[in-house]
Amino acid sequence: MAKERRSVESLSDLWRAGAEQAHREVEDDGVEQQRSKQAGRDDEMTIRFVLFVNKQGQTRLAQYYEHLSLDERRALEGEIVRKCLARTDQQCSFVEHRNYKVVYRRYASLFFLVGVDNDENELAILEFIHLLVETMDRHFGNVCELDIMFHLEKVHFMLEEMVMNGCIVETSKQNILAPIQLMEKTS
Amino acid sequence: MDLAINPFSSGTRLRDMIRAIRACKTAAEERAVVRRECAAIRAAISEGDQDYRHRNMAKLMFIHMLGYPTHFGQMECLKLIAAAGFPEKRIGYLGLMLLLDERQEVLMLVTNSLKQDLNHSNQFIVGLGLCALGNICSAEMVRDLAPEVERLLQNRDPNTKKKATLCSIRIVRKVPDLAENFMSAAASLLKEKHHGVLISAVQLCMELCKASHEALEYLRKNCLEGLVRILRDVSNSSYAPEYDIGGITDPFLHIRVLKLMRILGQGDADCSEYINDILAQVSTKTESNKNAGNAILYECVETIMGIEATSGLRVLAINILGRFLSNRDNNIRYVALNMLMKAIAVDTQAVQRHRATILECVKDADVSIRKRALELVYLLVNDTNVKPLTKELVDYLEVSDQEFKEDLTAKICSIVEKFSLDKLWYLDQMLRVLSLAGNYVKDDVWHALIVLMSNASELQGYSVRSLYKALQASGEQESLVRVAVWCIGEYGEMLVNNLSMLDMEEPITVTESDAVDAVEAVLQRYSADVTTRAMCLVSLLKLSSRFPPTSERIKDIVAQNKGNTVLELQQRSIEFSSIIQRHQSIKSSLLEQMPVLDEANYLVKRAASIQAAVSFVNSAPAATSGGPLKLPNGVAKPPAAPLADLLDLSSDDAPVTTSAPTTAPNDFLQDLLGIGLTDSSPIGGAPSTSTDILMDLLSIGSSPIQNGTPTSNFSLPAIETKPVPVTPQVVDLLDGLSSSTSLPDENAAYPTITAFQSATLRITFSFKKQPGKPQETTINASFTNLATTTFTDFVFQAAVPKFIQLRLDPASSSTLPASGNGSVTQSLSVTNNQHGQKPLAMRIRMSYKVNGEVRLEQGQISNFPAGL
Repeated sequence: MAKERRSVESLSDLWRAGAEQAHREVEDDGVEQQRSKQAGRDDEMTIRFVLFVNKQGQTRLAQYYEHLSLDERRALEGEIVRKCLARTDQQCSFVEHRNYKVVYRRYASLFFLVGVDNDENELAILEFIHLLVETMDRHFGNVCELDIMFHLEKVHFMLEEMVMNGCIVETSKQNILAPIQLMEKTS
Repeated sequence: MDLAINPFSSGTRLRDMIRAIRACKTAAEERAVVRRECAAIRAAISEGDQDYRHRNMAKLMFIHMLGYPTHFGQMECLKLIAAAGFPEKRIGYLGLMLLLDERQEVLMLVTNSLKQDLNHSNQFIVGLGLCALGNICSAEMVRDLAPEVERLLQNRDPNTKKKATLCSIRIVRKVPDLAENFMSAAASLLKEKHHGVLISAVQLCMELCKASHEALEYLRKNCLEGLVRILRDVSNSSYAPEYDIGGITDPFLHIRVLKLMRILGQGDADCSEYINDILAQVSTKTESNKNAGNAILYECVETIMGIEATSGLRVLAINILGRFLSNRDNNIRYVALNMLMKAIAVDTQAVQRHRATILECVKDADVSIRKRALELVYLLVNDTNVKPLTKELVDYLEVSDQEFKEDLTAKICSIVEKFSLDKLWYLDQMLRVLSLAGNYVKDDVWHALIVLMSNASELQGYSVRSLYKALQASGEQESLVRVAVWCIGEYGEMLVNNLSMLDMEEPITVTESDAVDAVEAVLQRYSADVTTRAMCLVSLLKLSSRFPPTSERIKDIVAQNKGNTVLELQQRSIEFSSIIQRHQSIKSSLLEQMPVLDEANYLVKRAASIQAAVSFVNSAPAATSGGPLKLPNGVAKPPAAPLADLLDLSSDDAPVTTSAPTTAPNDFLQDLLGIGLTDSSPIGGAPSTSTDILMDLLSIGSSPIQNGTPTSNFSLPAIETKPVPVTPQVVDLLDGLSSSTSLPDENAAYPTITAFQSATLRITFSFKKQPGKPQETTINASFTNLATTTFTDFVFQAAVPKFIQLRLDPASSSTLPASGNGSVTQSLSVTNNQHGQKPLAMRIRMSYKVNGEVRLEQGQISNFPAGL
């Protein structure tokens, strides 16, 4: 009898977990509706956002080229990270999400996700991600998650040289890194 | 180290903050650290601290990235931008782009600083200003700063030039009127050598084309030659280390140029002809063994499909896609499918050639590819290939995973309806879909199927026999069950007598009682919902007239639902009992087959709204003969009236209840009580309990909503018609009692439910309440082992939400004998602290050992009777 009571207590956690999940789902729905209202907005751009996320799903860099409120960003990051991280290596690198696509690529423990318009060339975006990683590699020498965390502003500067207003501007590693190296030299 | 000069090498405290955040184990800890840091930064801001401003900004950027509010730092950005030093400006602009957006008023304050920076002598500072402007400027800022940008387009430095070009894109997007100012500049920029400038210029041209038709015409005339030259140069250029990506020079430039060519060539034969050669050259010469090469080929194909290309070029393009489609790399296959969707508009025949491969992709392991392929197959279906394609899809439905079944089912149903060649084929396909994925079939689809069967008299026999067979095989698919139950009710005699056999059909032997068995099994199945159960009752009623010998048995089955807590079922079973029992004379004419449903009418309604689809029975004239058939839809007033007549509610009885609904039930209660006492005392129910039960019966009858009726699909009509149904129900209760139908035992108010059932275990709950304590319920759980081996160490656990208290008494035994040979019981006391507001709910877990091996099962019980 006593034994049974105890197990009932541990089971109540099971109950709570279920209830919380249901609650979250309700919240997600709310955000979904809110978002779908905005979907009509037609701010065409090739790249909508660039995200670096680690295996645990923590954001390591976020650059948006369209305006999203804090809540919207959080919801979006949560959703697409959940979708992308669950995929295996054999599956293709493109995930359709709402009215756009996410192109992602994994390097060791870091995921690089780029949100693009539906008619964007997905294969080219894969190359773009690779170029970004190579550029960081050249600067940091075998870049890792910590380099990005502790030098967030430098990664932003690189990204800024490569992408402006959602368009790709520069694809030469040398040109991208020149201003940053110059700045380091003078200081 | 001098912090004021160099914010980036200093960041000791930024590092510390990042370390502290990394060390956090929980989200709460992280929030605490961030709160502390934010407080410090706010303090520094309000003190007007200068030395650490940039470092604070760097921290804010990090905090912003983690998803915390950082609006209080916005003014600091502006101050940093206004500072003289490059490093301050650098971080200030970065902060500006991350923390602010064009909607904020603060942004206007930065216009002046921007203007100064755009005129600065240092090209890097000009670059910063352009970059910020290009990322966030608003329409007002555009009007102020556009002249500066136009001037910078003529700058000698390529880096400044490319940024000014991209800035122009934003300007044109915000204020399309300015497009003409940039037309000539854009065309001349295409003559540059620097790739950064070229790629920006091409994108500017694309934006201009979107912004104005004039610009499009201008660019068609003036820049096509330049574009062809750029493309030829990059694709012919030898190894260029600066822009080399996987052995190909600057694929990004390739792709942008191809995109612009597509815009220019669309709908313009001259332009298209002009670029034909270069497109042919690119699509034949580009190597396809690297991703970068494939990216170019992909874009090239899209351009060929988009412009007025020659047929030879199109064949080339389709062949490239064919190669993509057979590639082993999933990414390549994905883009191929994507592209074929667009190609289908241009050349359907060519895409049809790849049908087999595309069908294979529908079965791919990757959901992204499956989705694309399914969309494509849907577009490929036509009159000639619909049969094999549908067969393939339906075959795949059998093995596809659950999440994909919904999409697949919807598409198959849509194809089958769109191309229904003959009714038999339609019927066969729908039957297969219903048996394989009936749970995913939408209501309007199976409604349409019923309408069709009603219209095809020659196929009714075949339908009912096939459905009967399917029901035996896959009784878990809700919509299949509903259609089958409906058909058995309507066309029962065709099932039993093998009427109107088709040539290819094999006769089956089904006895009358087999048919009743099938419907009864559905009715008793614990997972069946109210609509299905209601349809079962109607079906049984009809069978009672088709098969007179089974009439007695059907009467008993229907009577079992008289105590059902769902008003709808209770009422129907009482009405139907009365029809079966007392109205033999009119029964056969009342329960005839439904007249043919009006197909055209239904289709119109269905198109008008999905909601309307549910009510198709309403539109059919059948309503007059089959009032009960409106069941899925709830009660509506008109049929209720004839029913009242049918029930013999002639002048004497009816007025009592209808005229005085508030007091009359009480009178009835008195009557009922009297009768109930004499009748039920032999069974052993104490008088007090009886009162309780009757109170409950009454309250169920008169206020269904308060009892928390679990399903909602009929709640509204049920309320509307409340006064009417009450009458027959109460009268019939009397009726049933006087004709000595034994009153159900003391648990009548709360029927015993099957709380859980798996292949090996069944749990039933029966309920008892102490008088005067409505919140408390004693549940008597009974466990039955359905497997062939004995369960040992059986432990039952339950969990309830907070507002409920639960006490478990010891079980009668921990060993469950095999094959249902005796059962174990255990009682649970439940106190619902929110009685009347929230229904009971419970999660359960059972663990036991089979041959020493531990098994675990769990489930959730939500079918508690209302009112507990």
